[in-house]
Amino acid sequence: MTVETTSLETEVLSALDTVLDPELDEPITELGFVRSVHIDDSGVSVHLRLPTSFCSPNFAYLMASDSVDALRRVEGIGQVRVMLDDHHDSDKINAGLAADAGYRQTFGDEAEEGLDELRLVFQRKAHMAAMERSVEDRLKNSGLEVSDVYRLRLRNLPSGRMKDALLRRRVAIGLGIAPDDQVFVDQHGTPVPTEEIPLKLRFAKSVRISIEGNSHFCRGMLATRYEDEEDLSTRITNSRLTDRSAS
Amino acid sequence: MYSKDGENYYIVDSHVHLWDGRKENQKSIHGQQFIDCFYDYHANLSPDSETWKFEDFDYYGGKRLMKDLFEDGYVDHAIFNSQMMMEFYHDGFSRVEESWDLVQKNPDKFTYNHSFDPRNGEAGLRQLERDAERFGLKGVKLYTAEWNGESRGYKLSDPWCRTYLEKCLELGIKHVHVHKGPTLKPLDKDAFNVDDVDAVASDYLDLDFIVEHCGLPRLEDFCWIATQESNVYAGLSVVMPFIHTRPAYFAKLMGELLYWVGEDKMFFSSDYALWTPKWLIESFVDFQIPEELTDYAPITTDQKKKILGLNAAAMYDLEVPEQYRIPTTAGNAETEVAPGAKAAAAS
Repeated sequence: MTVETTSLETEVLSALDTVLDPELDEPITELGFVRSVHIDDSGVSVHLRLPTSFCSPNFAYLMASDSVDALRRVEGIGQVRVMLDDHHDSDKINAGLAADAGYRQTFGDEAEEGLDELRLVFQRKAHMAAMERSVEDRLKNSGLEVSDVYRLRLRNLPSGRMKDALLRRRVAIGLGIAPDDQVFVDQHGTPVPTEEIPLKLRFAKSVRISIEGNSHFCRGMLATRYEDEEDLSTRITNSRLTDRSAS
Repeated sequence: MYSKDGENYYIVDSHVHLWDGRKENQKSIHGQQFIDCFYDYHANLSPDSETWKFEDFDYYGGKRLMKDLFEDGYVDHAIFNSQMMMEFYHDGFSRVEESWDLVQKNPDKFTYNHSFDPRNGEAGLRQLERDAERFGLKGVKLYTAEWNGESRGYKLSDPWCRTYLEKCLELGIKHVHVHKGPTLKPLDKDAFNVDDVDAVASDYLDLDFIVEHCGLPRLEDFCWIATQESNVYAGLSVVMPFIHTRPAYFAKLMGELLYWVGEDKMFFSSDYALWTPKWLIESFVDFQIPEELTDYAPITTDQKKKILGLNAAAMYDLEVPEQYRIPTTAGNAETEVAPGAKAAAAS
């Protein structure tokens, strides 16, 4: 294995790191959904797997097609093949991906619109959960009172992973990230009126608990389903002789 | 019944099955995938000592069911919620005749809820009339993600489904158990979305809607509609086993449900044979919300009694012996107690 191919492997994995499970709001690489990556002279083949055969096919398609898009951005990668294993819609989804058919062509009558709106629903949930985490942290650790939450600005949040996560999710749903922007806002960026804050905060907490719970559950189910496999890490093989594909 | 520390609990297991997932009953690969998926749920969330072998799990028969529920499992009354899956299994996933046989032999121990599929149109309506008469139906179990021909799901708010719900009212079927699952059409919507429950719950106030699995994985959406609709209830199937594998998450789920939905609107179930009731009941009676979860009040013995049986008994008009009773407002749509529901109503 040469240094160059190792860097290609890293680039492929970094590309897959950018693909999120929309519902769990975590990278598919961390969730164990990337079963294998094989790089050869013609391109890259990636196999994905999910916690059950009956995971929602729309989310399955979304992650698979996002993977294709992310991998195509890797320079000189060659042909990109992504396949979903062991799903009740594997054949349909794999055929659709191979033909570059797009979501609506792949599912025909079952789909009415695109997946953008669905994705947005979950991006908004992810934002709500990230916002609750940040506010809750200030309530616990800075002496902030619920009645003062309306005054909280982005610049009041300590830097770190929690703040970064909130900023990323704001960007994803089109909200600003200026230091003076208010933290506790609705999905359109409008500050929540003071009297509504306690209830909205309470609801945001339910959203956060729900997402966290689902994430743990999906990880557990995946581990049970594939317990015959040695571990849930991605199997990477590389038989490429040249650095970058000529194609 | 279950007794501990001088307290007596009347137990209603509000969601049980007698199924057949064996090879010879499978119509397609999806039948195998479905029972495999069930088994993974079972294996993933059960304590080791309570985990079955797959060959016991795909079919277990009435004798074992009776033992697991009533001899070992403390259950006083169990509610069959049938799940047909006719696209996946030749004779259906639920063993209707075998279940019905058990009900007839043990009328005090069981309630039998059959199901309908609104995509069967007029013929299905006539079938529902016959089923209501044959089984004396008080309730139905609906699986909106069930496949039927080309269709891979329906919504409760679809016109034909409304026709069926109206037929239910006419036939005296009051309790509608709803299971939400993926692959619902149209596919670009969230398959677990509970908006259709919201729509029909406000239109049919004389029906009760028991949302099995509390709308998981959309807990928050379910909680929100339950605050708006007095006739929407939380079925704790699938929620219960988290008490073992993920006790902290279970505590938060309980805290959320008690806050938004309320102690009178939550129903215990094992979802047998996904899990067995014995260990769930023992664990739940011992369970307490940890002190560090300061957002939630401790769960009381009376709340546990309601959840484990008194709520379902009130809804299904079951005779509860005197020594197990405490006042419960379950089944009374006039009553609204959840703090979250009050807060939501005031907003």
